[in-house]
Amino acid sequence: MDKGNVWKFGDNIDTDAIIPGRYLTINDPKELAKHVFEGARPEFAQNVAKGDIIAAGRNFGCGSSREHAPLALKGAGIYCIIAKSFARIFFRNAINIGLPVLECKEAERISEGDALKVDFKKGIIENETKKEKYQVVSMPEFILKIMESGGLIEYTKARL
Amino acid sequence: MSGQTISEKIFSRAARKPVLAGEFVLADIDCAMTHDITGPLAVKGFYKILEGRKEKRVWDPDKIVILFDHQVPADSLDAASNHMMLRSFAEEQGILNYDIYEGVCHQVMPEKGHVLPGDLIIGSDSHTCTYGALGAFSTGVGSTDMASAFATGKLWFKVPQSIKFEISGKLPDRVYAKDVILHIIGDVGADGATYAACEYCGPTVKDMNISERMTMCNMAIEMGGKAGIVEPDEKTETYLKVRIPGFKFDSRWRSDEDADYVRRHEYDISALEPQVACPHNVDNVKGVSEVEGTKIDQIFIGSCTNGRFEDLKVVAEVLGDNKIAEGVRVIIIPASRDEYMKVLKAGFIEQFVEAGVLVEAPCCGPCMGGSFGLLGDGEIGLATSNRNFRGRQGSAKAFVYLCSPATAAASALKGRITDPRAV
Ligand code: SF4
Repeated sequence: MDKGNVWKFGDNIDTDAIIPGRYLTINDPKELAKHVFEGARPEFAQNVAKGDIIAAGRNFGCGSSREHAPLALKGAGIYCIIAKSFARIFFRNAINIGLPVLECKEAERISEGDALKVDFKKGIIENETKKEKYQVVSMPEFILKIMESGGLIEYTKARL
Repeated sequence: MSGQTISEKIFSRAARKPVLAGEFVLADIDCAMTHDITGPLAVKGFYKILEGRKEKRVWDPDKIVILFDHQVPADSLDAASNHMMLRSFAEEQGILNYDIYEGVCHQVMPEKGHVLPGDLIIGSDSHTCTYGALGAFSTGVGSTDMASAFATGKLWFKVPQSIKFEISGKLPDRVYAKDVILHIIGDVGADGATYAACEYCGPTVKDMNISERMTMCNMAIEMGGKAGIVEPDEKTETYLKVRIPGFKFDSRWRSDEDADYVRRHEYDISALEPQVACPHNVDNVKGVSEVEGTKIDQIFIGSCTNGRFEDLKVVAEVLGDNKIAEGVRVIIIPASRDEYMKVLKAGFIEQFVEAGVLVEAPCCGPCMGGSFGLLGDGEIGLATSNRNFRGRQGSAKAFVYLCSPATAAASALKGRITDPRAV
């Protein structure tokens, strides 16, 4: 079980908001992290702490296929992202780079600053601040395997 | 087994077994495209996968296409070194690299004959869904997916459910495919088709040429779609015959009568007015009459959505001999070298420059806000491209409206958002 504090976002958070186009020549997660949410939430990059969690509404990560978006969040130390739903390419990319993404129908119950404990194996999110528990939408076996391998690179490497 | 949609048929072939929506498959990739923004990470990932091996070869160099379009010509040292890295990767692996010469990926791929009906194509760019205009299943993936495909030629997919968009009615004067797709996105919302294949059909789509179908498929991602797709027909055949020597039309690639759809939407567009997507979401769509008069600082006409000859011909018609309004900057970028040549030969380039337009060489230009033509704080942009997210074309304090080439051209004459039927 791991713990983290929540940064709360709304619906339709797009990849341009996560990392603007002008930074896409950067390929290093730590460098990308300096500009994460620059326009949308300027205080984020400064104040985010390792192990923090993002909770959001519907369609998180919509827009471009830039892997720079989940990479920037990973580089910023984000531990996992919980959303009501994810945009398809972002969802794939996050899993592929080993950044856990959890779909949770009750994501809107989570508020800014809440302390969460996440049990990936059981698919349970525990909101310590609100004393509530939420169920995560379960994922197919082989996607869990990709996550357990640490991402698609390691997963593919092991199976070549 | 019940009937299959065209998408299910394509996945059945690529997975070498009959499949229906919802199944997970490991599918063979027919073609993979990558470009200057997402390519470098894909190449890095590829070498990581093959770390420790003597042979570091891609699965099939003939099935990969590389090109540069987002930061062209290189606009920074970082872009230059990304280009260099991809150049040497292509050369070392024997991969076709169009480099900076041909234009925007989603225009170049169909145009150069890399897209066939029934193919499963991936591109490390979200608008890869464009190639569905030719009856291929094409979808955007990230760099790590691309790296894995480079190494193995395969990728995992969930066979998508399909949504049928049946469109009827004759397009009214100065109303185009762009208005239709904006209207649809406004109707279903930014996540209205998440994970699904958006199948466009009906008499209006039948009547559309390939350029218009590309506009429709291009924007499937803006409602969350995994792909946009149109059943190939004689128009597809005509388009491909001149591009692919010996091309044979295969009537297999169509949806069965009894195929299963998660949803069906019907639209009669015969009374549709020109549409505009307002800041800061593509699904914030209004009729042009509601936003008419909004003052504009910059107009961008181009991109993989609307940068083809057919689009620029409309722009030329609407502009006529007139000059653009004072105080508005207008940038026109044909989507590819071929389209540029057509526009050039038709005399439009001269007409545009005379009108006061800045015409640039084929590339993505201001579309992604990663290169030139950025909007400053508080500025208002109008564009024929596909995204108006906050910060997409420069400052997070700028505003972007999306519209058809006709509406963009009419607005260029007035410096304000203008109904193209009024000029
Ligand atoms: S023109 Fe715009 S949407 Fe199309 S590939 Fe280039 S940046 Fe992406």
